[in-house]
Amino acid sequence: MRIMAQTAMVMALDKCIGCHTCSVTCKQAWTNRAGTEYVWFNNVETRPGQGYPRRYEDQEKWKGGWELNSRGKLKLKAGGRLAKLFGIFASPVQPELDDYYEPWTYDYENLINAPAGNDFPVAKPKSLITGQDMKIQWSANWDDDLGGSARTELSDPVLEKMRREAEEKVKLEFDSTFMFYLPRICEHCLNPSCMASCPSGAIYKREEDGIVLVDQDRCRGWRQCVTGCPYKKMYFNHRSGKAEKCTFCYPRIEVGLPTVCAETCVGRLRYIGIFLYDADRVTAAASVPDEKDLYEAQLDLMMDPNDPEVIAAARAEGIPEDWLEAARRSPVYALAKTFRVALPLHPEYRTMPMVWYVPPLSPIVDVLNEQGHDGESADNLFGAIDALRIPVEYLAELFTAGDTDLVTGVLRKLAAMRAYMRNITLGDAPDEQVAADVGMTGEQITAMYRLMAIAKYEERYVIPSAHLEDAHNLEEIGCSLDVEGGPGMGQTGVFGEASGKPMPVAVENFAALQARQRGDDPTGNGDLGGRVNLLNWDGRGSPKGLFPADGNRGEPGTTGGTQPGDSGSGLGAGYDQAEGDGPDRQGGDR
Amino acid sequence: MIRTDVPPPADVQVGLADVMLWGVLPYVVLAVLILGSIWRYRYDQFGWTTRSSQLYESRLLRIASPLFHFGILAVIVGHFVGLVIPKTWMDAIAINEDRYHFFALSVGSIAGFATLVGIVLLIYRRRTTGPVFMATTRNDKVMYIFLLAAILAGLATTVFSVFDAGIVNYRDTVSPWFRSIFIFQPDIAAMTAASLSFKIHTLWGLALFALWPFTRLVHAFTAPLQYLFRPYIVYRSRGRRPVPGAAAPRRGWAPVGTPDRNRRGITRD
Repeated sequence: MRIMAQTAMVMALDKCIGCHTCSVTCKQAWTNRAGTEYVWFNNVETRPGQGYPRRYEDQEKWKGGWELNSRGKLKLKAGGRLAKLFGIFASPVQPELDDYYEPWTYDYENLINAPAGNDFPVAKPKSLITGQDMKIQWSANWDDDLGGSARTELSDPVLEKMRREAEEKVKLEFDSTFMFYLPRICEHCLNPSCMASCPSGAIYKREEDGIVLVDQDRCRGWRQCVTGCPYKKMYFNHRSGKAEKCTFCYPRIEVGLPTVCAETCVGRLRYIGIFLYDADRVTAAASVPDEKDLYEAQLDLMMDPNDPEVIAAARAEGIPEDWLEAARRSPVYALAKTFRVALPLHPEYRTMPMVWYVPPLSPIVDVLNEQGHDGESADNLFGAIDALRIPVEYLAELFTAGDTDLVTGVLRKLAAMRAYMRNITLGDAPDEQVAADVGMTGEQITAMYRLMAIAKYEERYVIPSAHLEDAHNLEEIGCSLDVEGGPGMGQTGVFGEASGKPMPVAVENFAALQARQRGDDPTGNGDLGGRVNLLNWDGRGSPKGLFPADGNRGEPGTTGGTQPGDSGSGLGAGYDQAEGDGPDRQGGDR
Repeated sequence: MIRTDVPPPADVQVGLADVMLWGVLPYVVLAVLILGSIWRYRYDQFGWTTRSSQLYESRLLRIASPLFHFGILAVIVGHFVGLVIPKTWMDAIAINEDRYHFFALSVGSIAGFATLVGIVLLIYRRRTTGPVFMATTRNDKVMYIFLLAAILAGLATTVFSVFDAGIVNYRDTVSPWFRSIFIFQPDIAAMTAASLSFKIHTLWGLALFALWPFTRLVHAFTAPLQYLFRPYIVYRSRGRRPVPGAAAPRRGWAPVGTPDRNRRGITRD
């Protein structure tokens, strides 16, 4: 047993509203550069749908992931090592820009510079690749919300497979359409096929946290990883000639912050935590003969962080105590293994993906509601899960290599949680039979409800920071005194404000963000000693010190129109009221 | 029958220009090639890439690129056989002059022609495909000129040696000179005796090698043969310096502190 730690994510799809905030913030943070215009480390797909790049799940075409050879050994679907080297001069299976889309911008200048005329000037789309005028035909979320329409029905590889297997039945029943959103990032697999495909050995998995990264110095642009990744989350930067991928926002993870996509997620559907897994058994688990056993095999690798044997083995590998503690509180472990509601995306690719999904119950609830049934009654839900074959089969193709029993089991748990908690909300006695029907106890259901529905920030993200001894190896080297409360705080050197050494961004962000997320005072100005950092002020509330304290007004000798005790006038007082009366409200007695 | 066994003239006048071209220049080029490559490897790991344009266009590339690359690999093998392996060794394994030239000309012509067609197609593609042309730097254009010229000059030597009876056998002139360079006893007289077409091809070749470290051609030096032997899954610790041979961070930029695993005395690669 060789225990390693893996940073992993779970996404609860029921909560995704398809707002693309994750995609946009990720793009702003990571791929807002020349050469990566078409690169979306995070994208949100409407399912059923083609996905991005188009039909990436069609592995007969794209040859991503692993397969078993005749001797039952794992082999890259795109071919062995020699085949890869022979295909190096022109990668045989490679998505082109047309499979993604041609990125563009608009000729905004024309709006300002166009001469006066009878027509409104327009901003024509200009290709970011050629600089020429272009016709926009497709983009990363072009089929947004078109789930289940005739257009996507023809082009979704998953539906196509289902239809092949069931012929007419699917087509007919498909008239009652359903859709849901599927946000996708790199899976940070335990058995990554991109890494195995890389001729240069530039792609690596970090020992400490399992994040899969591309060494930009070592990548030589052979492009084999793009073929190798079945999720097509390897992108080729056409300017630098290097492969790039989702980094799991490792600079943030290292200081204990969630990824940008998770931090900005409006629906609070993302969970980040760590798994302790047995690295020695990964290959064996990925090689189980039956695709439908892959989920169980993968789950089996995730070790119980409360097991003394596992803890001892983890300590022997040098995993720090705070990481072990984080593993015990890990929300991803709870969802994947304790409650067994999170499933890996396309386990049949045999890469052991580490971004898990709680399949959506909403297609079923929607159907019930549309038909005028009670979408929260356990009987109705259980019945509908069994009756509505299409959504269940579709979800099974995505998450369990086609095993509908597994998906049904998860959906029944979600349904039970809905029904059980409704009783409590309505003041009725909780129906323990509902919990027992899905093999859980009321206590477990309540715990799952707390994690999934209440979803407190501290419970969604349990991220142990990179170890303290390592802090200096993080991407920025800062003075250790420049932290909250330290003498360097506030970037004040001997020459006054903003002099002295610059504050390392990671440290600044960490302190400021933590204060903003957890504190009552959104600006975190308590530490500035009566001064205000306007650059940090986001307009919410009135930070202390922005206006003179009320006490000044009452002091003898002060001039001005404000009368002592007149709290109804003046901008400062108005803000104070808007904020509400807090215990720390500044009064005249200070 | 092709006349290829013309012996080199017995009395060769070696002038100053010959000494410079065949005695000094090769060492200058070697120094630039070796030191330039080391310098580039140490300081420009990020720029060391194939700069593939397959994303923009792959229909033509799919034919042209393998044609060129496999062609040039065969050409390199041919050059090795012709330049490095002495005539006497080949004679010893019963490959006499006639047989050698039959193979050299037949296989070499095919490989050379494939290379030429490949690079012409690639240049055509580069010029006519908008995005590919836009991604072409000035450096690339210079490199293409030298590469194409070296290939053309090389093919020209083949053509001349077939049709011109007066061409001196390169195995008696160019090859001994080439080998002599690496034992630091440059046989300037031998190279001086070579025919003009070979001299031109050699000079273009030298120019290309001098240019090599500073162009995208460096990707050839990192041909990923180690892929055949490395494990599929690569683990790496956060603290380690990535590329062996790359420059250490400059003074003042070195990471401080101890990676936690090492501190515990646990080292794993």
